[in-house]
Amino acid sequence: MTREFSLIVNGEKRSTTTDEGRPLLDVLREDFHLTGTKFGCGEGECGACTVLVGGVPKRSCITSIGDVQGEPIQTIEGLSADGQLHPVQQAFLDHQAMQCGYCVPGHIMAAVAFARDNPGASREKIISAMSAHICRCCNYPNILAAVEQAVRRV
Amino acid sequence: MSNQPFDDQAVEVERYELREPNSYLFEADRREFIQALGAGLMIVAMANTATAQRRRGRNARRAETLSERFHLGEDGTVTVLTSKVEVGQGARTQITQAVAEEFRLPVDRIRLIMADTGQCPDDGGTSGSQTTPSTVPRVRNAAAAARELLGRHAAEQLGVSRSQLVIKDGVFSADAGKQLTFAQLAADKELRAQLNASPPADGVEITPTNEWRVLGTAVKKVDGRDVVTGAAKYPSDISRPGMLYGKVLRPASYGATLKSIDLAPAQAMHDVTVVRDGEFVGCAAPTSWQAAKAVNAVAQKAEWERPPHPSSEQLFTRLKETGRKDGGGRRGSREWGDVEKALADASKKFSAEYTVAYIQHAPMEPRAAVAEWTDGRLTVWTGTQQPARVYRELCESFRLADDQVRVIVPDTGGGFGGKHTGEAAVEAARLAKAAGKPVHLQWTREEEFTWAYFRPAGLIEVQAGIDPSGKLVGWDFTNYNSGGSAIATPYTVPNGRTRFVESDSPLRQGSYRALASTANTFARESAMDELVELAATDPLEFRLQHLEDGRLKDVLRAAAEKFDWPRRRADRVPNRGVGLACGTEKGSYVAACADVEVVDGTIRVLHVCQAYECGAIQNPGNLRAQVDGSLIMGLGGALSEEMVFENGRISNPSFSDYHVPRMNDVPELDIVLHDRRDLPSVGAGETPIIAVAPAIANAIHHAIGKRCRSMPLRIA
Repeated sequence: MTREFSLIVNGEKRSTTTDEGRPLLDVLREDFHLTGTKFGCGEGECGACTVLVGGVPKRSCITSIGDVQGEPIQTIEGLSADGQLHPVQQAFLDHQAMQCGYCVPGHIMAAVAFARDNPGASREKIISAMSAHICRCCNYPNILAAVEQAVRRV
Repeated sequence: MSNQPFDDQAVEVERYELREPNSYLFEADRREFIQALGAGLMIVAMANTATAQRRRGRNARRAETLSERFHLGEDGTVTVLTSKVEVGQGARTQITQAVAEEFRLPVDRIRLIMADTGQCPDDGGTSGSQTTPSTVPRVRNAAAAARELLGRHAAEQLGVSRSQLVIKDGVFSADAGKQLTFAQLAADKELRAQLNASPPADGVEITPTNEWRVLGTAVKKVDGRDVVTGAAKYPSDISRPGMLYGKVLRPASYGATLKSIDLAPAQAMHDVTVVRDGEFVGCAAPTSWQAAKAVNAVAQKAEWERPPHPSSEQLFTRLKETGRKDGGGRRGSREWGDVEKALADASKKFSAEYTVAYIQHAPMEPRAAVAEWTDGRLTVWTGTQQPARVYRELCESFRLADDQVRVIVPDTGGGFGGKHTGEAAVEAARLAKAAGKPVHLQWTREEEFTWAYFRPAGLIEVQAGIDPSGKLVGWDFTNYNSGGSAIATPYTVPNGRTRFVESDSPLRQGSYRALASTANTFARESAMDELVELAATDPLEFRLQHLEDGRLKDVLRAAAEKFDWPRRRADRVPNRGVGLACGTEKGSYVAACADVEVVDGTIRVLHVCQAYECGAIQNPGNLRAQVDGSLIMGLGGALSEEMVFENGRISNPSFSDYHVPRMNDVPELDIVLHDRRDLPSVGAGETPIIAVAPAIANAIHHAIGKRCRSMPLRIA
């Protein structure tokens, strides 16, 4: 059903009139022009579209706009404040955890929540959590190093 | 972009580049026919030029004026133009380093404009590991020449000789505080005219490796900050005023053609543009959600003529049966000595068949394009490794003259050889033409898995024999369909034959990271291991005995030493085994040792040690990422990746059904990089993928005594 939806995205109030079944990813990218969140698979398998909904990582490609009402949404664009990178962003930069970089926003958003909830997590625990994401450039050693730094510093 | 064919063209033909006619030639109206006359004459001119270019050879340096390549800004920055694209392999940072080196500037004073056919000189497409050996030297030569022209002019202005001038950080300075900055030179109108008229200065030397300050260091990805903040604009992130989103109707199966279709359900939808042009059917709407709904509505009303199509189960029989009698291979076929006699006389011999499946590149960013028509001119932003080819596809599909099309390639979300074509660009342009507004079109993952081209599948037959002393005496190697790259054996054998035989491919196939060198190295290195068994010797010793001294032998020794090969080969643990393999392609050298465990038919790779050498290392950080990334991507082809198809449809067109490597698939890695400052640098984005699969296959045999002769490897 088409109706108006009001959302808080990166601390700002946003609204759009659309179908309730439409993916959050499409709304972020097409209606709000927040293109940092990427389309990778459309089935929640690769993690490129990960955003935080109420602080919890969600695959925005399989999350309907109708399902996120009233919960604050954070995307990669809302992570750094006053030009200061978030420690997880800085960790990805420090360890060059990027080749083409297309999967990186999704990896970072997942790592932000993971590091917050699992300070000092073991390598095994990091690998288990981050294996829900795909980097087709297979830059996994650098991503692992970045998340290891992140869980120590966040 | 110039109409010259690019220098790398010859390389691509050898590499089994996808060659096919355009998917669509859209209906022409009368006005377009008149324009087409102009385009026709252009094609004749192109053909003449192409011949002339080829005759000069691949290394012929095109005369180009300096202003086409560089722009010196009045803020003292240098802007560099190149047709190369950035798909994650690091070309943007590497070329920035090269220019910074020769201009004696810090990296942050260099800006690159890449892959815009409207303004960049044609350095060829981005493929075949050619950026490092071809583009970087060309750009460095031009940069060094430009630097010297600036230096000569500065010396004149300051009234000193060139040798009295020092250049550092964009300032030419001499004694007594005399100096001229790049910014001042940029504002000099007389110099501007001179630069625009001058060919590159002769006799200019590029910086030797022992004087490198920027090259040879681990400069970080120059736009890394934009990547981590989400500010980087990939092709699918491009937005234009009034832009619509497009979707295209795909055939019900491979080769299916429309019997009938009813567009009415989509036409009845609000704000939807529906296009049918021959076999092309697509919709554009204000959101991709609406466009998909419209295409789905039309799909319900489509009836298809579906031709029969072979299944993946019949694949290898079919490749063998349809192999061209005359071979037909463009490269790799060679015969020496008397292989038939040698095999007949051999004291021990074996023969085996090896297979490699079709696999998909599956870059994280599926094909995407934004097309915009303005006064009959077409601009397309798209992710492709071949901007010149896509430009030509657009000119031909829409019957446009050369100056009516512009292709811009923003830094793209992965390629791996999979983005040499312009499907999304053509589709977006067709929809935009009908809608009268810019159109954004991104393929779904299922489309990318189904309608993009595949790495060729292959069947490889090997026969080989040894004499009583364990020396290799005969080698007969035939590759059906997958290609001729790295088909030549690096091992010493007095009698042999290698053949690449073209077959009918059931699936659309084309380039892929390292292409056939993965298949050929897999078959050869597996076969070498079978000979080791016949000769009752050690895999390392057997290879070293059959290799001449040189770079391949060096990396093989380095990998074995780091891995502690003799000890680990001798240590027997149930279900555990070690294996090794090596190979060379595109001028670089790789060797891998693997440690695997096989339990209940499941292969676990525990440790891989890989040594690699590609001449002088230009960026050790990026090289490490390329070697890691290639090796891990190679684990996918070795262990899990395989396209399954039946009745003209792909059965596993998703990441849930087609397993690509993830972080928990990565074994312990040891990487040894040899920096050969005495040797020219070659590209490193491909060859490090080729050794890991046979090293694992050989380790499996060591672990459980079973030969796995297919990629992906299967125990059952």
